[in-house]
Amino acid sequence: MEELLNQYKTVTQDNATIWFKVGKTTDFPANGGACIKHQNKQIAVYNFSLTSSWYACQNLCPHKMEMVLSRGMIGDREGIPKVACPLHKKTFSLEDGSNLNGEDYKIAVYPVKIEDEMVYIGFAE
Amino acid sequence: MRKIVVVGNGMVGYKFCEKLVAHPNFEAYHVVVFGEEPRPAYDRVHLSEYFSDKSADELLMAPVNWYQENSIELRTSELVTAIDLENKSIKTHKHTVLDYDYLILATGSSPFVPPIKGSDKQGVFVYRTIEDLDAMKSYASKIKMVGKRSAAVLGGGLLGLEAANAAKELGLDAHVIEFAPRLMPRQLDQAASNMLQSKIESLGIGIHLNKATNEVVGEERIERMDFADETHLDVDMLIISAGIRPRDELARQSGIQVGPRGGIYVNEKMQTSDPNIFAIGEVALYNEGIYGLVAPGYEMAEVAVEQITGGDKCMAASIDMSTQLKLIGTEVASFGDPFVENQDIVAITYENKQSGIYKRINVAKDGTRLYGGILVGDSSDYNTLFQIYYNVMKLPENPEDLILGSRGGDSILGSVLDLPDTAQICSCESISKGEICNSLEEGTCADLKDIIKCTKATTGCGGCKPMVVDLVNETLKSLGKEVKDMICEHFKYNRQELYDLVKVKKIETFEEALATIGRGCGCEICKPVMASIFSSIYMDTANKQPVIQDSNDRFLANIQRNGTYSIVPRVPGGEISPEKLIVLGEVAKKYDLYTKITGGQRIDLFGAELHELPLIWKELIDAGFESGHAYGKSLRTVKSCVGSTWCRYGMHESVSFAIDIENRYRGLRSPHKLKGGVSGCIRECAEARGKDFGLIAVDGGWNLYVCGNGGATPKHAILLAEQLDDETCVKYLDRFLMFYIRTAGPLVRTAPWLDKLEGGIDYLKKVVVEDSLGIAAELEAEMQGLVNKYECEWKQAVEDPEMAARFKHFVNSEDSDDTIEYVALRDQKMPRRW
Ligand code: SRM
Ligand SMILES: Cc1cc2nc3c(=O)[nH]c(=O)nc-3n(C[C@H](O)[C@H](O)[C@H](O)COP(=O)(O)OP(=O)(O)OC[C@H]3O[C@@H](n4cnc5c(N)ncnc54)[C@H](O)[C@@H]3O)c2cc1C
Ligand code: SF4
Ligand code: FES
Repeated sequence: MEELLNQYKTVTQDNATIWFKVGKTTDFPANGGACIKHQNKQIAVYNFSLTSSWYACQNLCPHKMEMVLSRGMIGDREGIPKVACPLHKKTFSLEDGSNLNGEDYKIAVYPVKIEDEMVYIGFAE
Repeated sequence: MRKIVVVGNGMVGYKFCEKLVAHPNFEAYHVVVFGEEPRPAYDRVHLSEYFSDKSADELLMAPVNWYQENSIELRTSELVTAIDLENKSIKTHKHTVLDYDYLILATGSSPFVPPIKGSDKQGVFVYRTIEDLDAMKSYASKIKMVGKRSAAVLGGGLLGLEAANAAKELGLDAHVIEFAPRLMPRQLDQAASNMLQSKIESLGIGIHLNKATNEVVGEERIERMDFADETHLDVDMLIISAGIRPRDELARQSGIQVGPRGGIYVNEKMQTSDPNIFAIGEVALYNEGIYGLVAPGYEMAEVAVEQITGGDKCMAASIDMSTQLKLIGTEVASFGDPFVENQDIVAITYENKQSGIYKRINVAKDGTRLYGGILVGDSSDYNTLFQIYYNVMKLPENPEDLILGSRGGDSILGSVLDLPDTAQICSCESISKGEICNSLEEGTCADLKDIIKCTKATTGCGGCKPMVVDLVNETLKSLGKEVKDMICEHFKYNRQELYDLVKVKKIETFEEALATIGRGCGCEICKPVMASIFSSIYMDTANKQPVIQDSNDRFLANIQRNGTYSIVPRVPGGEISPEKLIVLGEVAKKYDLYTKITGGQRIDLFGAELHELPLIWKELIDAGFESGHAYGKSLRTVKSCVGSTWCRYGMHESVSFAIDIENRYRGLRSPHKLKGGVSGCIRECAEARGKDFGLIAVDGGWNLYVCGNGGATPKHAILLAEQLDDETCVKYLDRFLMFYIRTAGPLVRTAPWLDKLEGGIDYLKKVVVEDSLGIAAELEAEMQGLVNKYECEWKQAVEDPEMAARFKHFVNSEDSDDTIEYVALRDQKMPRRW
């Protein structure tokens, strides 16, 4: 399990070395999320069309180690974009991956880039 | 430390302790309480609810540890047998001897059993303690097993009628035997009694007036009652409710002065003939009277506490005996002097046999004062009339407006805020209007909950509840302090307001809602609420705006612990053909799904991966199945028993009706999930009273119960209407459900919704059955609109490739999720453990 979790490390816009093309913008539901696969990683990608912004994070919920976050509801808390896990509704900031319920869980987040209606996720390796 | 011994841990004995604990000098006393009963004091006033929806624990005035926490030594199951006035000590049947500085006798009363031959036979009961009720219950089920079900109640007073209702709740045929020519002879006049009699008879309870009982006949157990007029009645059980006798035996033996007809003499300080001994509650003989009500008993408790702690509060000279009848399916109240009529006082009466209403008020001829009155069939004005009487308030110009309703439309009292500050609102706890308003104004209490907590108003007989609620609301309003509940930071409205806004502004999407009445991006709280509202107004399926649906609705399936899903096709009423059963088996085998029969009479297939959902559903739909909405806050199942088609006891076709109803409301989204049940007879095998709505077949139709549930806080559904034909039943259900959908908060099931609904079940009955708001037709039309628009959302999803696209684990790959692992479980499988 630990192994599964350890694969996911936050990547920032600046330290992204590869931009992996994951699909067309229309493959991702407006104001919703979907999951993509990159090598052995599952990444949740969210299309906040209301604010024209995109976010990505690990699909693995650190609470019970299930691959479910892409299926969670998204929204904001006082302007911070967030996702609620569909299993027990723990919520995470999509800006820095911190847990918004004040618990220790944390998720890795990834940068997203849109070019010519295509969606790219930044990875460091 | 001064030693106080309390004999008797009933309602009043308990109240004495409670008042003493609240006193600033409580620390100066050491309190020991003896109670003969095996449990701490409980709410005898609501004793009958022990048969319907309250457990013995729920009836407790305070839990055992309350006594511990307050250092009160409580000794239950211990009878005090002697008082030694000289040495100031008491003795118990366990040979405990204990000194006292003050002794409180709160021994209450015992039911009076008239000296009728044979009244010691098996099957004869009294109605006073939980043990009495337990004994009645077990005896009733014994006789029912051998097909006997006739029960009589001796005594047609308040308590007798309550006991008759209880007998009926036990599934017995109840009869009331009264010696006087009318029911509730102490509270009602003949016309009122006649009205009440016909109401009660229509509930199926027999009323026998002018009957003196000569003998209870039977071998060992009661079989028959013989009356003085040479008639008789065959009965299998008898409950005696012929008045009370104060339990003054202890006082009598020890030389404390008692009255010739029983009761311990007390002065206005509640002192007995021995100044260190006080008597309070139903055992006390004050002003030549014994008062069989909690309110005077509570006042006595307070007086005794005050006197002991050095205060000077005394008992009022006249004691109010106004009462309301609970529980018997009709409203009855009497207040002040219900009977006076003389050269200065006239009675004004209103009688409507059509609707079963009788009202009487006794007013001064010069129109200045209200002396008392009677209400049968509609006691909604009781609190107001009582206030006018009790506070000697001015009467309207035409006193008859008090019972006919003023033609101007306003309440006869104007606003509750017009009451004088001294007006006693809760007589059980003697709480005045001033006390309630002040604590709100000073901010010591913020809302109704606080008021009840700190003043205890409404916790006695509960009769003042509507007025307390009004008073709190009006006061808060006048302070500009209406607390607003809003669902989350994105919408500053509660669910009901959102529902209305969406409807009036014709908002159709979540984005539109955010733009017009909300802000931000929404969240996991407001999204499902809005989804539910859209669906309740437009009958949108979850396919229209999948991303705002709660996790399960978005994929039309319940997510399981490993991220896979379960599949629950609808099986209306639990009826399923062998062919369809085989299809379920074959599909489960093909996709390797764990199968289980659910608690809702259908079959659950677990372990489907996201991408498999449309494939599986396609096969199920082809075989004639449809979505069971097991994932939605929507109608789940209408459980049924087999009913009259096969069952030898069945009265109506419960399966057919359950199927009709389930099909009518399938897909209906609501604030929380909805479950129904239909039982073919009162044996209730479908557990209909454990559901949000339940139907039980009876002679002449269906009894409709609402607002029950199982789960964490089980509640029995409550009777809304009786003996309905199919059509009326559906009509009432339409109204009830639509009213709930419109007004409930998010994730509030029907039972807690009803709890919070002002006016409770009576109000709901008025809205649904009597159409008091004039919206019945609208509610029915709305529901019919939703019913007409029903579509199976799974059928939509599998037929539309765009909708089906969301059931893919990866956007950029056809792979499935390779992290899912199973382990073996008996003959099937389960997710690996967390
Ligand atoms: C499958 C089933 C258990 C079973 O294997 O028998 C079940 C499973 C769940 N129940 Fe239940 N309940 C099931 C019958 C019941 C019953 C029995 C009944 O319906 O007669 C009850 C008590 C009756 C009632 O609801 O009043 C019941 C009371 C609850 C409650 C408590 C509701 C309450 O008001 O207190 C919850 C929690 C909730 O809804 O908030 C709950 C919630 C759940 C959830 C949805 C929990 C969850 O979020 O995962 C479970 C979904 C499992 C799944 O994926 O299918 N389930 N649940 C039953 C499905 C019946 C069906 O055919 O649809
Ligand atoms: C079914 C029912 C419905 C009612 N409905 C209403 C209503 O709607 N409104 C209303 O105002 N009133 C109602 N009443 C009346 C109300 O319950 C009583 O007025 C109230 O309980 C009296 O309280 P009490 O403490 O004086 O007596 P009790 O509650 O009877 O308590 C006396 C206690 O003392 C114990 N005891 C007696 N002798 C001894 C001894 N020697 N040693 C130790 N313990 C002893 C008894 O076992 C008993 O537990 C109802 C009563 C019943 C039975
Ligand atoms: S009782 Fe609890 S564990 Fe069992 S199905 Fe219902 S929610 Fe799940
Ligand atoms: S698994 Fe995500 S919150 Fe529990």
